[in-house]
Amino acid sequence: MAQGIRAYFGHITDVVTTFWEGLSVTLSYMLRRPITVQYPDRVEKRVADTLPPRYRGILEVDTAVCTGCMACERACPIGVIKISTDKDPGNPKQRVITQFDIDVGKCMFCGLCVEPCPTGAIAHTREFEATRKHVDSLVFRWVPDPAKPVPFYRPVKGQDAPRAPVGEILRRCLAAASWIERPSFLPEERKP
Amino acid sequence: MRITLGLDSTSLSRRYPRLAILATLFMAFGLPLGLYVAALAVFPLNTPERLDAMAEQWLGYDLAGSPYRYIVYTAFLLLVAFIAVNYTAVFGGVSTWVERRVAGRMQSRIGPNRPGAAGFLSWVADAVKMILKEDTIPAEADHLLFRAAPYFSMVGLLLPFVVLPFGEATVVTDMNVGVFYVAAASAFVVVGILVSGWASNSKWALFGGIRGAAQVMSYEIPAGIAMMVPVLMAGTLSMQGIVRAQGGWPWQWFVFQNPAAFVAFFIAVTASLAEGNRTPFDLPEAESELVAGYHAEYSGFRLAIFLMVEWANMWIMAGLAVTLFLGGWQVPGYGAEDYARLLGTGLLPAPGWFGLQLLSMLMFVVKTWALVFVFIWLRWTLPRVRVDQMMSLCWKYLVPGAFLCFVVTLVWQLLVPPAGVAFTGYALTALALFVLAKFAVATRRNISKVAGHRVDLGNW
Ligand code: SF4
Ligand code: SF4
Repeated sequence: MAQGIRAYFGHITDVVTTFWEGLSVTLSYMLRRPITVQYPDRVEKRVADTLPPRYRGILEVDTAVCTGCMACERACPIGVIKISTDKDPGNPKQRVITQFDIDVGKCMFCGLCVEPCPTGAIAHTREFEATRKHVDSLVFRWVPDPAKPVPFYRPVKGQDAPRAPVGEILRRCLAAASWIERPSFLPEERKP
Repeated sequence: MRITLGLDSTSLSRRYPRLAILATLFMAFGLPLGLYVAALAVFPLNTPERLDAMAEQWLGYDLAGSPYRYIVYTAFLLLVAFIAVNYTAVFGGVSTWVERRVAGRMQSRIGPNRPGAAGFLSWVADAVKMILKEDTIPAEADHLLFRAAPYFSMVGLLLPFVVLPFGEATVVTDMNVGVFYVAAASAFVVVGILVSGWASNSKWALFGGIRGAAQVMSYEIPAGIAMMVPVLMAGTLSMQGIVRAQGGWPWQWFVFQNPAAFVAFFIAVTASLAEGNRTPFDLPEAESELVAGYHAEYSGFRLAIFLMVEWANMWIMAGLAVTLFLGGWQVPGYGAEDYARLLGTGLLPAPGWFGLQLLSMLMFVVKTWALVFVFIWLRWTLPRVRVDQMMSLCWKYLVPGAFLCFVVTLVWQLLVPPAGVAFTGYALTALALFVLAKFAVATRRNISKVAGHRVDLGNW
């Protein structure tokens, strides 16, 4: 009997103390800052710039330092990269790249193509936002116009290739591509 | 140039930020204020004598002797009802937004913050979405009852507004059995729950309906007895009479005037939470086991009615507790004679009277919103109780406790002199302030316990 009474009032005390604890915890959380990051439009810095430096984002090619060795094309396990080369009609000794396509829609960001590149021409950026209305638009053409091919780069011994800072070329291309106007370095969109 | 529905062009409120702020301000303050003012202008005139007098004085028309008088009276009542119904809808909507934002912050998230300024218009968007949805009725359901059930709930929600005093003069009618009427009418909600559970012809809905019935029937008892405590203290069942028996200052509220009423306040609030199916007593719609309980089969506008009833019921629960225990609309420092003095003797009262009335409505609204916030806060703190716990809480704790409070109040009313009551008022108010201060300190300590955390209301 006495034990029963103690249990009865013990329950009431439990209710009061646990309510006290619980309510003060939830109220305290209400007064803290939610950890949510309001991506994409209410962030202090571009999210791409806050990512770690070795983040494997969209690939970027600096064709100015590409040797045309096609090591990246061979390394890709799923055939994302498509490179075509040709002789320069004006200068038969000089070979040129007429096509350098990367299908970002297919790429799995494994980084296998980056490893063998002798000059660092192909590299991962920290960009990840490139949504397009059509998946075909995700084929990024690093040589936009086959009529204006890019000559092979010849590495100089004992000297690093003068590669542009990683990310800058891609960012410029993406910024040029507003939501309404299609960027020039993307292929024509298929009519849906 | 092609027009695309991209990220930037979908949201009207992002394109016109000023428009969004204006719309939000209008919906958040203009609309309720308009309804309050309309209520203040219309509710006090809502008697045949006043209508007769107005028609006599301004139109020179003898309404009392006219054959059309009942048409006029009915039209007037419909106007009153229109204001009340709109008020419940607006409150129900706004409270969903408040609840979602509060819940979000309590869980370290943000909650809906896109439509309108601070996401305030999300409740409008929700309502529009609900209304546009298809109203499906299961083939095997009892069609008539299925269609009718939401209106039972809605009637149960709206009926208590007849006697709920918003201000000194702003009440539709002051029945002499007001408390009794509210207790009886608000139980109508459960008829809707039971009928919808039955008519859906679904096991989840049926379980929800039966649970709702068991719960409401059990909790009617402690709620009713706890509500008797202020009735005993005021000596009347009329809601306005109970408010008039209290005062504006906290130590003149019934909750602090007698220790039994203090306990009865908590019993009444708990029991009304259970009656309103609010968490931790939301067994009739327990998502984890019953899908959505009694409204599992509903969609579209009928579902919107059920949800509106659920949220707007908070206003009834909180308003009732404020009226019975927390001094209702009483403005500190103004007594009954001030209202009478400002009212004057003419047909239309002085402007000062309207100011005082608005002030008294403001008191009521602020207190009620504070209590609604407590309900929301409880919901996002406590887990749902089990069915057996719900029953044992009612029958083993609340019912005996309510009876005890009832008896103690009887003895208290007989034995304690007014000076003793006044002293208890001061003492209990001081105690409550002390407890609140301790609570604030405990909350503050919870925040500073985590390294790097501090009070920060940013990131809206
Ligand atoms: S990252 Fe991997 S999948 Fe993408 S192009 Fe390079 S090798 Fe291919
Ligand atoms: S990007 Fe690098 S690996 Fe690929 S073809 Fe050019 S130099 Fe060779």
